[in-house]
Amino acid sequence: MNAPVDVLQHRADADSRYGIIDCDIHPFPKPGALNRYLSERWRNHVAEYGQMQCGIYAGRGNYPRFQPFLSRRDSVPPNGGPPGSEVDFIREQLLDPYNITYGVLEPLLGGNTSRNLDEAAALSSAMNDWQVAEYTDPEPRLRASILVPAEDPAAAVREIEKRASDWRFCQIQLGGKTSEPLGRRKYWPIFEAALKHGFSIGLHSGGTQASAPSPGGWSQFYVEDHQLGTHSMMTQATSLILEGAFDTFPDLKIVLIEGGFGWVPQLGWRMDAQWSKMRSEVPHLKRKPSDYLKTNLWFATQPVEEPEHPDDLRQTFEWIGWDRMVYSSDYPHWDFDDPHLAWRFQMTAAEKRMLLHDNALSVYSFK
Amino acid sequence: MANDTSIDCDIHPGVPDIKALLPYMNDYWRASFVDRGLDGFDMMSYPPGAPITCRPDWRVPGERPGSSLDAMRAQALDRFGIGMAICNPLTGGQVAVSESMGAAICSAVNDWIVEHWLDREPRLRASIVVPAQAPLLAVEEIERLAADRRFVQILMPAACELMLGRSYYWPIYEAAVRHGLPIGIHAGSMYRYAPSSTGWPSHYLHDYITNSQLFEGQLLSLVSNGVFAKFPDLKFVCIESGVSWLPHFLWRAIKTWRGVRAEVPWVKQSPAEIIRNNIRLTTQPFDAPDQATVQRIVEQIDCDEMLLFSSDYPHWQFEGDAVTPPGLSDALLQRIRVDNPLATYPRLSPGPV
Repeated sequence: MNAPVDVLQHRADADSRYGIIDCDIHPFPKPGALNRYLSERWRNHVAEYGQMQCGIYAGRGNYPRFQPFLSRRDSVPPNGGPPGSEVDFIREQLLDPYNITYGVLEPLLGGNTSRNLDEAAALSSAMNDWQVAEYTDPEPRLRASILVPAEDPAAAVREIEKRASDWRFCQIQLGGKTSEPLGRRKYWPIFEAALKHGFSIGLHSGGTQASAPSPGGWSQFYVEDHQLGTHSMMTQATSLILEGAFDTFPDLKIVLIEGGFGWVPQLGWRMDAQWSKMRSEVPHLKRKPSDYLKTNLWFATQPVEEPEHPDDLRQTFEWIGWDRMVYSSDYPHWDFDDPHLAWRFQMTAAEKRMLLHDNALSVYSFK
Repeated sequence: MANDTSIDCDIHPGVPDIKALLPYMNDYWRASFVDRGLDGFDMMSYPPGAPITCRPDWRVPGERPGSSLDAMRAQALDRFGIGMAICNPLTGGQVAVSESMGAAICSAVNDWIVEHWLDREPRLRASIVVPAQAPLLAVEEIERLAADRRFVQILMPAACELMLGRSYYWPIYEAAVRHGLPIGIHAGSMYRYAPSSTGWPSHYLHDYITNSQLFEGQLLSLVSNGVFAKFPDLKFVCIESGVSWLPHFLWRAIKTWRGVRAEVPWVKQSPAEIIRNNIRLTTQPFDAPDQATVQRIVEQIDCDEMLLFSSDYPHWQFEGDAVTPPGLSDALLQRIRVDNPLATYPRLSPGPV
């Protein structure tokens, strides 16, 4: 599962006529690396109280993962430090061999899920400064995500405004789990700011642990939690649609990252089937629910679904729409998807180009 | 200072990182923690750097609070004239989402405390930390250790996956009665639910303050579910719960029970009587501004058997040597320091349980 991949071989195989856009690359700070981007007040606060989130542990998530740093064993930089902490090694192991022209940074550091909203704002801003100084400036192919304190939308908007004209940022990042379902009006100022400044919003799997991963309660194991993350994505998609967010903001673009996509067609069918009977409850919807899946949502492919019959995945792509799919590697995490090896079904050159390049170009703000 | 027979019912040896616990785990768990690169299981209820977790003059930079036996001897046992002290380790195993991982950490902590604390300091006793997430595994752990009389109590977090009166937990209570062990419920949460009934507060301070509400809720649950009708001799000790909330809580509990007691016909006595009989509280923190208030609260509690002396070392609850709440009579102090702990914890006295 974790055997090192011979990336140089695939580099030789790569189609070099267009570069690949990778929508999910995880930078990770060396110990203490964020401190220089925090004020003394917040450095001291974090040292005393930590990043107080809604979990059971002071220094880690509820569900212990299965790999150190959740990462490929071969992704530890040669000079040491956590995987994803050395821009040179990201270049050497990912960007160069796969001919990646743009890579979207997705820091998963939980800063934006702090319960203390001022801390969330301070950490988000520090992580934004850290991304551009330590990744985008030395390697402009890597583009940063604007992290925001999502539970304090006014502060989130201020952070977006602060970064709005900075070409180094290409999207706004939100968590797969927010305190309330994401379609609720509380979050709309963030959507308004995204549209005003031409940003899409990437929802990365994860986020707050304020509520159980399943409506049935707390699973015991990571093997359960990892899959249940898809449910928070379904919830966010359903909420955005039913609350009318896309009716109010028809041009809003949301990318669901690392939340799976095998469920997308079924969710559309089920929403439509039930809406046909209960549309009176949501008279504000201008279209049938599944329509919004085709116009406002995009789906990053990693971890790619692996049907028992590989060609079934082609059917899934067709049901969702080839134009909705964007490639993501999840580098350096253990379940990395190679852009050439992840697909076990035939796709045409045109389809592959949409998936690996064109679709992402139409979603993200690469300036 | 008091004589050296005082019994400290809440003292906290600092639980080490996972690496130090590996020798007490089986091959599967040793390999799992190492291969998965897992550590950092400190409970959110006590962030290592938070002021509550260690009094400033007891904190050693770079060391986990409470990790030195020598320091515990000098700063608490000798200093406060403590003849016996009950160690209450706070560990992530008690709150893990995985029953089996939680059980592995709890077992390791229990064996670690025997080797590194109980075997080295004869004044120390300990609570059995159990995975309350899995009552059957908790019972296994109690049975494994019950023969060692230095384990004097079963320790559970104040907030688990269900309210503590629910029959789900009764196998633990049966084992407690079988072995003469009270149940200690210590401040802190599995955080399966928001720490307040209106959601997730912004500040650690708020979480900590809200702990006393948690204890109030658990006492209502234990009484209303008939735990003490089923187990009349079982004692529960509220540890680090605060004390001054108790009178107003009892007033309301009595009033409500009088009004709707037909709903819970197995609650045959007033909740205040049941609680005075079966519930004990440790004295740190007390949560009162001055001597006069402490005295008034003690009068209102109106039961000299309920309070148990605790230092809560190394948690930061008092300054200097003010380890007991001010204004208590010598007679009451004698009860709190010695008689009540001995009556609550049968295993502190010599002889078979």
